[in-house]
Amino acid sequence: MAKKLSRGVAVVGVGMSKFGVFPEKTSRDLFVEAFQELRQSVQKGFDPRDIEAFYMGNFTSDCFENQAHLAPIMASWVGISPVESTRIEDACASGGVALRQGVLAIASGEADVVLVGGLEKMTDLPGAKVTDALALAADSLFEIPAGFTFPGFYAAMATAYLDRYQADPDALLRVGIKNHENGGLNEKAQFNQSIKDVMISKQRKAAQKGLPIPEWADEMAFLKDPKANPMIAWPLRLFDCSPVSDGAAAVLLVSEEMAAKFTDEPIFVVGSGQASDGALAERASLSEVPAAAKASKHAYEMAGLTPDDIDFAEVHDCFTIAEIMAIEDLGFFPRGEGWKAAMNGQTARDGSHPINTSGGLKSKGHPVGASGVGQVVEVWKQMHGLAGERQLRGNLRHALTHNVGGTGQTCVVHIFEKRN
Amino acid sequence: MTDHALHSKAFHEAIAEGLLIGSRCLVCGNISVPQRQICPNCHSDQMERIQMNGIGTLATFTVIYVPPTSMADAGYNAKNPYCVGIVALQEGPRISAQIVGLDLSDPATIKIGMPLKQTFVVRGEGESAKKFLAFEPA
Repeated sequence: MAKKLSRGVAVVGVGMSKFGVFPEKTSRDLFVEAFQELRQSVQKGFDPRDIEAFYMGNFTSDCFENQAHLAPIMASWVGISPVESTRIEDACASGGVALRQGVLAIASGEADVVLVGGLEKMTDLPGAKVTDALALAADSLFEIPAGFTFPGFYAAMATAYLDRYQADPDALLRVGIKNHENGGLNEKAQFNQSIKDVMISKQRKAAQKGLPIPEWADEMAFLKDPKANPMIAWPLRLFDCSPVSDGAAAVLLVSEEMAAKFTDEPIFVVGSGQASDGALAERASLSEVPAAAKASKHAYEMAGLTPDDIDFAEVHDCFTIAEIMAIEDLGFFPRGEGWKAAMNGQTARDGSHPINTSGGLKSKGHPVGASGVGQVVEVWKQMHGLAGERQLRGNLRHALTHNVGGTGQTCVVHIFEKRN
Repeated sequence: MTDHALHSKAFHEAIAEGLLIGSRCLVCGNISVPQRQICPNCHSDQMERIQMNGIGTLATFTVIYVPPTSMADAGYNAKNPYCVGIVALQEGPRISAQIVGLDLSDPATIKIGMPLKQTFVVRGEGESAKKFLAFEPA
């Protein structure tokens, strides 16, 4: 049975850069952007000199920017040296794990004010080199020699899932349509466009160039057109994959007793769990992610909550199939039912279980080290009524974030609570 | 049996010799592929190296149209995709490997559960040529 945190932890401010492709910016510029937004979000303001520890999620600036040892550089760039600064690397879960380390640092009593960052600057490298860098998150001795890529791993999980539950593969496309719909309402999203808008802009471009204008009956027809949406790793196509992105996010955590000094509207971290796993081939089931189920069970127990208590969630949809598996691993839907939920709108903003109202990794973008921290930004916005056109209705009391590294070798889950 | 027989590199050294190896725990009998020095089931370090019979079934698969650099160098691309899968070996463990000898024109015709047998593929040429584990329809 997971223990309660020995001391309460509150989120008192958040910030993020826009996610996208920014050749003119380095990771420092992106992190400064996120940090400045965070400063403005703290209702009663804060002095950066109050920060006692800094945890920075980053997968591989070594490969992407030829820069290791990133945490002290970022600390210096936002003016908080000589605060202890630690880079956390757990592939695409780096941000969520950095968050957990920040939570534990406060819960332990060692610190009262902690900055958590997440950061990745991926687009300076050519596409093939990005694929190779991301592949470092897999087992380089026993998976990569087989010819696997990350789209390939998730495609193999999709094949196993679709076969096991005899699921309709259109469910994958529905996840993409829904997340782009949400991302279209998020000004920070890399693809700030619904699939329908993407379709129309392609038709416009063809018309401008005097080329034959492609015709599609609807978004589904567009997504099934191999020219518009080429196969990457069967059965996953281009629009099943999250993009390569630049971006940063930041969260300010403080001890519960100090929260009122920063804001009258904190949100509390009431659950935190993390688990690991071996290579994909070693797992008993290939159509689920056991570490996600284990991490969430721990977080639910710590929070004293069940999946039914969660009002909305940001989940790690690096590929469309990942969202379908996640909503089952997290207990929102029974095994084998996630694809139906995606088909019938239950995960849409007006559905019973709103998932990825931010647009998710799929549409918002996936600067890998930033993704797990960026999820908290959406939780904050939704809980404070700041989500604009994508704002959920009703009193949002509990939210969950789910961040995955690799194919589920690392999974980290957090549960947030709003009390007023 | 020297310790080296269970080291991580021994797997690929065995592949170079045309052998698929694993390990068996002398305490609980658990079989691992690739071979392990500590039993993932009972944590014993009383492990022996074994040779697998190379027979299995297809547990899952994908067909890759956008290859990583290593596979692009081996001649694969969107017009010449390749199949990679996870194979459930007859002895129990699963292993990732390229699946060869299949018609990839319609991946939907490839069936989970199909019987497979071990083979090897050579990628690269001349001095950089290297043998890799693969499976083909049995």
